[in-house]
Amino acid sequence: MDNEALKQQITSWEPAAELVEEGSQFLNVIVTPDQLSALAEKLRNEEAMDFDYMFCLTCVDYPEHFMMVYHLRSMKHKHEMVLKARIDDKENPTVDTLCNIWRTAEYHEREVYDLFGIKFNNHPDLRRILLDEDWKGYPLRKDYVDPVNMISY
Amino acid sequence: MSTFSPGWTMAIEWMIIGITLILFAAISVIILVYVERKVAAFFQLRIGPNRVGPYGIFQTVADFIKLLMKEHITSKKADKFLFNLAPFIIVTAAFLGIGAIPFALGLHVFDINIGVFYLTAVSSVGVLGILLGGWAGNNKYSLIGALRSGAQIVSYELSITLSILTIVVLVGSLQLSEIIASQETGWWIIRGHLPAWIAFVIFLIAGTAETNRGPFDLAEAESELTAGFHTEYSGIKFAMFFLAEYLSLFIIASVGATVFLGGWLPFHIGTWAAFNNIMDYIPSIIWFFGKVAGLIGIIMWFKWTFPRLRIDQLLVLEWKYLLPINLVNLLLVSFIALMGWYF
Amino acid sequence: MEAVKENKDLKTQEYFVNMGPQHPSTHGVLRLMLGLDGEIITKVEPHIGYIHRSIEKMCEFDNYRQIVHLTDRMDYLSSHMNNEAVCLLIEDALEIEVSDRVKVIRTIFSELARLSSHQLWWAATGMDLGALTAFLYGFRDREMINDIFEETCGARLTMNYNIPGGVMFDLHPNFVQRVKDFIAHFKTKLPEYDELLTDNVIFRMRTEGIGVISKEDAISYGLSGPTARASGVECDLRKSHPYSAYDRVEFKEIILEDGDAFSRYKARLLEMWESMSIIEQLIDNIPEGDIEAPTKALIKLPKGEFYQRVETARGDFGVYVVSEGGKSPFRLKFRSPSFSNLFVLDHIAKGSKIADLVAMMATFDLVVPDIDR
Repeated sequence: MDNEALKQQITSWEPAAELVEEGSQFLNVIVTPDQLSALAEKLRNEEAMDFDYMFCLTCVDYPEHFMMVYHLRSMKHKHEMVLKARIDDKENPTVDTLCNIWRTAEYHEREVYDLFGIKFNNHPDLRRILLDEDWKGYPLRKDYVDPVNMISY
Repeated sequence: MSTFSPGWTMAIEWMIIGITLILFAAISVIILVYVERKVAAFFQLRIGPNRVGPYGIFQTVADFIKLLMKEHITSKKADKFLFNLAPFIIVTAAFLGIGAIPFALGLHVFDINIGVFYLTAVSSVGVLGILLGGWAGNNKYSLIGALRSGAQIVSYELSITLSILTIVVLVGSLQLSEIIASQETGWWIIRGHLPAWIAFVIFLIAGTAETNRGPFDLAEAESELTAGFHTEYSGIKFAMFFLAEYLSLFIIASVGATVFLGGWLPFHIGTWAAFNNIMDYIPSIIWFFGKVAGLIGIIMWFKWTFPRLRIDQLLVLEWKYLLPINLVNLLLVSFIALMGWYF
Repeated sequence: MEAVKENKDLKTQEYFVNMGPQHPSTHGVLRLMLGLDGEIITKVEPHIGYIHRSIEKMCEFDNYRQIVHLTDRMDYLSSHMNNEAVCLLIEDALEIEVSDRVKVIRTIFSELARLSSHQLWWAATGMDLGALTAFLYGFRDREMINDIFEETCGARLTMNYNIPGGVMFDLHPNFVQRVKDFIAHFKTKLPEYDELLTDNVIFRMRTEGIGVISKEDAISYGLSGPTARASGVECDLRKSHPYSAYDRVEFKEIILEDGDAFSRYKARLLEMWESMSIIEQLIDNIPEGDIEAPTKALIKLPKGEFYQRVETARGDFGVYVVSEGGKSPFRLKFRSPSFSNLFVLDHIAKGSKIADLVAMMATFDLVVPDIDR
């Protein structure tokens, strides 16, 4: 399916989704955290879409919000897209887990929790993965300061 | 000139023989460790030890001196008595075996009439040392290694004994000097055709398994359990485990040479008198050590070529393949012995 | 599986054993907590982070030229391909055209790096499974590739040869002849590898049927590289998203069906043959041209998001850059193949023995700095 057909199908499921194509080489679909898991499930399970391969899961820390980024690919139809969820709550960011749809998400979400502090609802085992269990703070956030280890210019 | 009383004579005789055997065992282990390292280097396209002494021949001596000077570390929760006892048991078992081997014409220390039976019984005692060593160290890894090794040795003893029994059936006696005497017309591996060949192959396989070597070295698999049942040992106790392993390698090779390859007898071909005379010039002790060296070389070749077997594959090999083949072979050889269908 | 298993009158109990972080066969600082019931594994829990160097955070403070040189510390066996990923991303974003000579040179070096990485993998697999001689044979052949790299790039492992716009130095005059000599030599050695391990009964017993990954699991867990291709997933990025000179060479994508450890082993060996065929097609006609396209000294990417994928020896390596127009990226994420490949271990190792776990880990070909970044 090309981007036009994808856009039509996604707006039919989720009219409030924001579709952006410029500034990126993929079609970007931006939704709010509560619309995320319903749309993700349809993208995975519908025959015409069949996005079964998630090849990148990450998070970006903007000044006013967090943006969860999921890069998806379909092995059968060979189309790709980017699903994004904008989290406006910077004090207590939460979003649904996608690990029952794509098994690889379980560990990438642990990494996002470890480095950004975003909590995932219904995650089977949410704990730090790269840093020590008792580390304080979330290093990849822009407002993280560590006077011992970080040199600021 | 005063002479010693019979009691004293015997005591002094025993002491001399004992010390000779212990010295021989120590020197042969030193040589064997050096040979193993050079053989391994040859297969791996490198040189091996070549710094300590000319061609590196004093390397093992240097290693043993280092081991002797190391600190004895015993973990706090280890069972001290058993921890210290285990290396002694395994070394004693190996030394008991050395005494019964015929080295050359007339050079046979302990020639009892149940020679073969004695050797297999004594090598079984070594298992105790391994199991105790793994258990007393209070370490999960060494326990796993010791249990694996115990299961393996107990199983493969059956195969070794049955393959030696195959030749005993043809000879008619368990005494080692009689087994050698019966090979004066030709070695059993040639005269005993098919059953002897099968028994020899099984003996080699079971022999490498008995000594925890080669493709059967799961108990001390370095890439899985660090060092298996002797993980917790350091210093001279580790040296004793090391010594016992190489001694039992020597014993297995000697038994194989004695039973299948004619012991210290030279290689004669039928009635070619001239050839036989030349063969007789070479002293019997050279024949014996030559055959043992050949078998040790083959066993070392196995270790550096094959990957190792998993524990259940190892036990399946013994119980489902080697043991039935052995039993059938035993029946076959009994039939052949009855009908006289051997050379 | 329950923690305490009753077996008529024999009650056994689950116990925990740590493999690593310092262990001869976990290929780096990786800690595996195994729940064991006798010799059977009930649970595998990998603990990572022992070599986490926060490369992604560092990249937010470095400019783009400096980032290229950070990437080869991650998967150090495919360092050339990691550098290539970032350079291709910058070149695409700024729409710089690199000359054909650069493309061909980059492809040849990538394939040599892939060969070298697979040789080291073969050596380590032999050693893990007990054939200690295999370790030295693999390294002996790898030395020739290291010498070729050293002559042109100056380094044997972390080459730092790619820069945005081209490559750093021109090829050494001996390069073409040495590569041809190496290919001729290695073609006689690969069949030796087959004789030593592939056709060995003991090796096959240790790897056939072990650690089977189904195709759905492979896709769902995000596996890539030969690990996934041995389960039937068509994920070779050199075919689906060709970059550099891969669209002008003919090579086969190695897809096998069984998904067990032996298929993963076989897939990598067949890939080595394909790599040699790619190099042979390119080595004789390297086009003339510039080795560096003109670029600014201080590179600034336009505002937007960019994603570049490269097929390394381990699988699908991705670089995701969110740029606000400055001289450092606003956010940079490295998608490493070993991170995704590692976590399928728990799913497939339940019910097998410790020795099987070693065989499975050996065929996954993990590089731990790639997992931890």
